[in-house]
Amino acid sequence: MSIYLDHAATSPLRQEALTALINQLKEVGNPSSLHTFGRDTRKALEEAREKIAKFVSAAPSEIIFTSSGTESNNLAIKGLFWKSNRKVIVVSAIEHHAVLDPAKWLAEKEGAEVIEIPVSNQGVIDLDFLNNLISKRGTEIALITVMHSNNETGAMQPISEVIKIAGEIPVHCDAVQSLGKVPLEFSGLTAMSINAHKLGGPIGIGALVLKRGMDIPALLHGGGQEREIRSGTLNAPLAAAFAAVLENYPSSKINDLKNRLISGIDAGIKDCIINTNSNSLPGIVNVTIPGTTGETLLLLLDLEGIACSTGAACSAGVHRPSHVLMAMGRSEEIALSSIRFSIGPNNSETEIDKLLEVLPTVIEKARLAK
Amino acid sequence: MKLIAAMSGGVDSAVAAARAVEAGHQVVGVHLALSSNPQKYRSGARGCCTIEDSHDARRAADVIGIPFYIWDMAEEFHQEVVENFLSEYSAGRTPNPCLRCNEKIKFAAVLERAKAMGFDGVVTGHYAILKETPNGKTLNRAVDISKDQSYVLAVLNEEQLQGAHFPLGDTPKSEIRKEAERRGLAVANKPDSHDICFVPSGDNAGWLRERLGSETGPIVDQAGNKLGEHHGAYTYTIGQRKGLGLTTPTSDGSPRFVLKIEPVSNTVVVGPKEELAISKIIGAKAIWCGAKPSQNWQTGFVQVRAHGSALPAKYRAIGSHGEGLEVELNEPLLGVANGQAAVIYDGDRVVGSATISETA
Repeated sequence: MSIYLDHAATSPLRQEALTALINQLKEVGNPSSLHTFGRDTRKALEEAREKIAKFVSAAPSEIIFTSSGTESNNLAIKGLFWKSNRKVIVVSAIEHHAVLDPAKWLAEKEGAEVIEIPVSNQGVIDLDFLNNLISKRGTEIALITVMHSNNETGAMQPISEVIKIAGEIPVHCDAVQSLGKVPLEFSGLTAMSINAHKLGGPIGIGALVLKRGMDIPALLHGGGQEREIRSGTLNAPLAAAFAAVLENYPSSKINDLKNRLISGIDAGIKDCIINTNSNSLPGIVNVTIPGTTGETLLLLLDLEGIACSTGAACSAGVHRPSHVLMAMGRSEEIALSSIRFSIGPNNSETEIDKLLEVLPTVIEKARLAK
Repeated sequence: MKLIAAMSGGVDSAVAAARAVEAGHQVVGVHLALSSNPQKYRSGARGCCTIEDSHDARRAADVIGIPFYIWDMAEEFHQEVVENFLSEYSAGRTPNPCLRCNEKIKFAAVLERAKAMGFDGVVTGHYAILKETPNGKTLNRAVDISKDQSYVLAVLNEEQLQGAHFPLGDTPKSEIRKEAERRGLAVANKPDSHDICFVPSGDNAGWLRERLGSETGPIVDQAGNKLGEHHGAYTYTIGQRKGLGLTTPTSDGSPRFVLKIEPVSNTVVVGPKEELAISKIIGAKAIWCGAKPSQNWQTGFVQVRAHGSALPAKYRAIGSHGEGLEVELNEPLLGVANGQAAVIYDGDRVVGSATISETA
């Protein structure tokens, strides 16, 4: 039996997405062509755009299709920075590398100053810090970027408060983990990154939701297909498959499975620290198992047929202490002894129980192997 | 058996893993990340610790059809191998880091972790032969003498040998490359690794100077007359002739060799070749592969360099617990450096080894 518990990395393609993808792949036509074939493909693409826009309460013209969440984040952060004549970029300390690294790159190459918003031990950003920062240096801030929910712990972030505190300062939100799983609205934001594969759509398509009139510089220059902000032949099959998975995500069932796993760990496994707080995404459980290393736990679980994640790894595949857990005040050792289970639509109670059944033996071996 | 295959990304460890699978073992491939700042590419034929090598190891595991993981051993490697390498050099000795890595990493940290996780042992691409005998497992030379690695494995104790598997010892290297090709392993023609993996430039002296400083000191003859200067005594090794930079010739025009390195006074002593000759070796930290020999003299062979030949000698265990080794060579030998291993052979079988601490 193999049990997939790494949905926050990528979630299996849902049938609706596969059907939409295959149907549209059979059609010919570049959406930018002016003939009948082109118009027909364009129609499919625009329908997808409208569905996505409606789903996040944005206007269709605010949806810019991209290749991924990473591209959307790069486009938003670099674009908003270049558009502004201010130098400060405010990021939360627990952002994904696809947000942190473009910001750091701007600091190294373009003279930006990056200021990190610290988080509590529950993994939630410190709004007082942000308030103080804005009252002192508000006129220097080019943009604020805070994720909607964290990919490692699942912690929801107070985005509507961030928007209120920010006032006129543009706010970007990386919402790739939240889309389809928890209520998500574009309203009040300047930019928001989303993608398809975290909720069962295909890998290779994302979108930047970008406020009308906010015309930021492009990263990819060419045919100017997406508001002159993103060029490249429009991908109608991937867009259609993206639009097909927005609805009907079984969040409540997944949330029950999450609670089953958390109470099972609490009840049956000594000395564990659950790093996921009560206000979190339906599917993510991050747990520290002292005396082990995440890489050993992952290997042993994998050999049992259970797939999970340790969070961060460098390009050579070496595990690194999670910057998210470190920002939450955990030591490097604690951060290295943590793993993430992320539950998705196809998981069952039996699978969670099986995990709970093998965990004690796995932990015992992992402690010996340290 | 359940085995961990240590896969460096080279051809030998890939074929070793494939052979272990074929022998019916349940094998899991593991690439050891030995540097916390891995480089992207190998420079020339050198090195572990690169993203390219971990990729090659992963692709070999894919072709063989085994699970594959990366184990971060950077901290252990730094402490046990790199730090030891530096402290040995700064004490005027010449360490062998490959031997140290086998002793402390591959057949210690890795083997222990493997056992704790429920595995029975570790398989590597070393060229050596393990034989089961009534007195336990013995370590023996590989059939391909030019590739034989029994010298750098001679530090393994009985328990470590129990957990070790060397499936390549019975085959010449050229055949292993052909076998890798037959098996569809892309690393079939990857160049062999040479030199020291954590000194990717290959410039050992420069690497040591960067870390240990380059304090100038005298180069003197045996009478103590200053002949020149050096920039760090530890960048020299006993028996070294080249790179001394001496301008005063000897009276008879004969070359000078490094005879002695004195770390405390930062002095390098040079002299004629004959002075390098030794016939007695004292070794410390002896490890016996099997029964400890008696304190009576026995005849055998001793090898003092990784690629040297085995020389006829008599040897005996010394110290109250046989923790030392004493060797008397039949014929004098030139340029033996402290810190290297003296490995005792009985024919092709490794009897034991010790770290050379004194010569005369």
